[in-house]
Order: sequence, then structure tokens, then C-alpha cells
Amino acid sequence: MGIELQNITKKFTGYTALDNISLNVASGELVALLGPSGCGKTTLLRIIAGLELPDSGKIILENKDTTNLPPRKKNVGFVFQHYALFRRLTVFENVAFGLKVLPMRERPSRSAIQERVEHLLKLVQMDWAIKRYPSQLSGGQRQRVALARALAVNPKVLLLDEPFSALDAKVRQELRRWLRKLHDEIHVTSIFVTHDQEEALELADRIVVINKGRIEQLGTPQEVYDHPVNAFVYNFLGNVNVFHGRIKEGKVTLGTHHLDAPDELKNTEERPSQAFVRPHEIGISRIRSNETDLAGTIQEVRLMGGQIGLNLECEGFEHPIEAEIPRDLYINLQLSRGEKVFVSLNRVKVFTGDYAI
Amino acid sequence: MELFQRKRRNILPGFGLSMGYTVFYLSAIVIVPLSMIFFNTIPMGWEPFLHTVTAPRVLASYRLSFSTALFAAIFDAIVGLLTAWVLVRYRFAGRQFLDALVDLPFALPTAVAGICFATLYSPVGWLGETFAKWNIEIINSPTGIVVALIFIGFPFVVRTIQPVLEEVEQEIEEAAQCLGATRWQTFRKILLPHLFPALLTGSTLAFARGIGEYGSVIFIAGNLPMKTEIAPLMIMSKLDQFDYNGASAVALVLLLISFSMLLLLNAVQEWQQKEYR
Repeated sequence: MGIELQNITKKFTGYTALDNISLNVASGELVALLGPSGCGKTTLLRIIAGLELPDSGKIILENKDTTNLPPRKKNVGFVFQHYALFRRLTVFENVAFGLKVLPMRERPSRSAIQERVEHLLKLVQMDWAIKRYPSQLSGGQRQRVALARALAVNPKVLLLDEPFSALDAKVRQELRRWLRKLHDEIHVTSIFVTHDQEEALELADRIVVINKGRIEQLGTPQEVYDHPVNAFVYNFLGNVNVFHGRIKEGKVTLGTHHLDAPDELKNTEERPSQAFVRPHEIGISRIRSNETDLAGTIQEVRLMGGQIGLNLECEGFEHPIEAEIPRDLYINLQLSRGEKVFVSLNRVKVFTGDYAI
Repeated sequence: MELFQRKRRNILPGFGLSMGYTVFYLSAIVIVPLSMIFFNTIPMGWEPFLHTVTAPRVLASYRLSFSTALFAAIFDAIVGLLTAWVLVRYRFAGRQFLDALVDLPFALPTAVAGICFATLYSPVGWLGETFAKWNIEIINSPTGIVVALIFIGFPFVVRTIQPVLEEVEQEIEEAAQCLGATRWQTFRKILLPHLFPALLTGSTLAFARGIGEYGSVIFIAGNLPMKTEIAPLMIMSKLDQFDYNGASAVALVLLLISFSMLLLLNAVQEWQQKEYR
């Protein structure tokens, strides 16, 4: 097992950052800790690295209890959100740092260090910048160097704290794919923290959704996205329309409409429910194809690149419904503001309980 | 090379005005007054000038002034760094009180400091008594001068390092630790290079101040010819004897040495900074 966390609890004055968290990460796995800011995900990462001590619980890295070891003895690679490169050192010296501070007996020879640094910089495609200073590099380039620096000491685990969040959208996406590829090559057990669900879904082998210091759900991106266990997870994984209503006699109320309740909720007694629909799972057409379709008016059209966003005012609904449709469909249907359309809610997800957004 | 590159467009406006203003003020405040030393020396002629500034007593005073100022600056660099570290890194009761104490040597008339030291370190004073037991003489000795200069130069080092230290992100140190560096290695290889320019500036200021310091030193040094006479005192004693030319001759050499040392230190700093920008 790469990383075993057992019952980690951490309290700060006034609130509990982590509440009894247990988590296993297999060797070579790439796991995302996903959650809103302040949910404790970064604290968890820092605890694994030894930069913070848990109030209780155990951290076992590669079958060795490292709970009370200082960071320098843990042999973890840590990549910071804002790179944390050493400004006064060149790229080469930055990457070589971890090797040069080794005790005399374990330190590789000068030529071995040179070779290793060059190899790592090639791996992160930064070998051309070996003599530069961090200030001469762009954000994305700096983060690559930071990654090479973290990998230089052959860490047992690699921890990345929102590694791409300080970069602009284009670079972020590029680096994300590149990191996935790199991980497939070097297979170091990795955990990265993010609040960007897209990043987690695209990059991770498994996703751990965290909220208020607790794990809400754990699974592959597919599982988490298709079968969210609760309203929080569903809501956090993408844009949603929420309909507050009641569930009664196997039917769910949506505004003035009624839908069949999902099987597992068919026989529950009457109680409040929330129904969720993702904007891209809403069907739009000119003709009524189904009895349950809603009649609506287009209130607003937003250009979103490949997708077109629509705000729809529907009879019997208090708030406008947000939909996203492909550009082609938008052009084919010749839609514009004020047009009447029919709206079909295809994949409504219903949760009961008092979750509030 | 053009001196004022007027042709090139600069985003920052007002170069001409601000440059003129700077030159004017530096002239009015520094260059013109100091040039008087030069003009006062000229009537003397070359031979008497050399004779005056190479007199054994004068040479001894230069040696003493520069060596004591240097020792004091080095000591201040170390202690000042520690103090700045404590003030920046830790939060404790009375921190602000300590912080205010640092500036006190700036505010105090130097003569007052000198009298305090003289009382404290005299063979019957609180500390002097203890040192006397170990046969260490502080008063009437170069050691005493160094003690006074340490006091005078201390705030310069603390106040220049403090803001730089405050800027160092915690993450930098955490990164070093995650990479296996010990506390000492983190300090030696990461923090110290980062602080070095500020440390150099601070100790240069302390050093410069130490060379010129007069008030506090004369009370503690005992002013024994060839032993504990500092260069500013030589100037004063020549003035007392109405030897104005001699005084300016001594001052001129002091000025030239100081200026070239400051220039050198600035060059070192410039060279230090260059690469990272």
C-alpha cells in the first residue's frame, strides 16, 4: 500500500479541519482530493508531508509509520501552489538541492547529480533552462521545475497542492494532460489537491470528495460523476439546476410538474426532496415529443465556446432553468431570445435530506 | 553613451525633473559641504599635507577607527540578524516593546550613551567590576570603542533585515525541508543568500556610522595617544589647536577611504543582485 491514513483528526481553534479521515492509496495510484476551499484537503496533504501534525491518527507510507517524522525524513515530494522555487538558485541548483543536502555518505557524486538533474529536466521538458533563474521563467515552466525538484529525491509519494491553480486556463489544461502522461511513465504514488472538478475528473485514477473535513465519496471519476452518493457531491461535480420540492407517493414534484421518483425512493414516506439536472442533460426541441416536456421561453442566450447556454423560463418554475446545448443544435433549431421551446428533463437525480446549497 | 537619454521614450515620466532635483539636493546636502574639506586642504600644499596625514599618531587613529568600526559591524551583523529573526518569526508578549527598543540608539544623544557605557564598564561599574576580575579592560581600550560602536550601529542591521525577512514565504522553507534539508542547511543555503544583500547593506551602514561616531566613543575610549584615539578625535583636537588645515587634511583622508569603501561595498551588492533580476 502506498499511503495509508488511519483516523486522521485535526482541530484548529474554533473548527475541525479533518474529522476522522481514513484513506488508502495504492502504490502507483494518482488520487485527487477534491473539495471546496476550506474543506481541509490542503491540511490533509500537509499532514501527510509532515508539515502539520495530526491531533490523532496514523500516517503510514509504504508500510512504515511516519506519523511523527519531520518532513525531511519522510521522503515525500511536495509541489506547492505558488511553486516555492529558490529564487537565488538556478534551475539546476533548485533541482539538485535535494541531492546536495544529503549526508556525505548517501550523496551522489557530482557527475551523478549532474546526470540526474539533466535527466529530470528532460523529463519535464525544461532542459533548455538549466542555467536560468526562476524569475526568468513563466508560471507553467516554474511549476515543471518544481516538479522536477520534488522528483529528484526519489520520493515515496508525490504530493501536489493545487499545482495548476495559479496558471492561466490554457496552460493549466496543457500541464494537466502532460502530468497525466508523466505519471503513466514514472508511476509514483501521487495525491493532488484541487477544487476544480474538471481537473480531478480528467487527471485522477480515483477521486476523494471532501467536505467540511469528511470524506463524502471515494471512487473512480466515472463512479463519482455518474453515481454521486449525495446532493453535495452531485452539486460539486459540475453545474446544476436544483429544484426544491417534495417526494410523495412515488412522485417527485418539480414546480407544478410531477415526475416518477427513482426506484430506491419509490416507497418512502412524504418528505422534502431536491431534484438535480445538469444543464447539458436538458433536451431542447421545437416540438413536444413527450407528455412530461415543459413549455418554456428563452430568456437569455450565452455564447460559451462550443456550447450555447440558455436561460429558460418555464411555466410553474420559480427560477429560470439553465441549459447547455451544442452549437449545431442551436443553429439547426434557429433559436434566439424570446422563442418558445419544449424542454425535456432527461436525467433528473433526486436526493432527499436537508442539504442546502 | 549619452548621459541623459532623452530620445528614448520612457514609461515613467519626469526623469528630467526628478534627476535634477536629486542632483541638486545631493549637491546642496552632501557634495558642497564636503567639498569644503577639499578646498580647506588645498592651501596647505602637498608636503605639509603628507606630513600631517602620515604622522604616526594620525595613522594609528585611522587604523583604530577602521578596525573598531569593522569589528562592530561584523558583530552587529550577527546579533542584528538574530534579533530581526526573533522579531519577525515569533509572536510573543512584549514583542512590540522589544521592537521599539531597537530604535533607541538612533534617538539617544550619543554622548548620553557614552556616559552610560563609561559608568557601566568602569572598574567600579556593574559590569566593569566583573570584567575586571578576569583582567579584561573595557574602558580606556579598543574593546570599549567596539562596545560603543556596536550599540550605535545595531539598529541599522535590524531595520534593513526585518522587511526582507518578512517577505520570505514560509513555503520556501517548507520546500527545503521536504527535500531533506536540515534547519541549518535551510538557513545556510536558502535563507542566508536571500538575506545577504540586506545584511550587507545593514552592516555597511553600521560600519559607516562607526567610522564617523564621536560622541559616545570619547567617553569610553580614554583617548590615549597612539592607543585609543579615534580619527574624529584627531580632527577635533586639531581644531582645538586652531589647526584648521591639519583638521581638514585628516578629514579628507578619512573621507576618501570611507567613500571608496562604501563604493566598493555597493559594487559588491550590485553584482550580487544582478543575476536574479
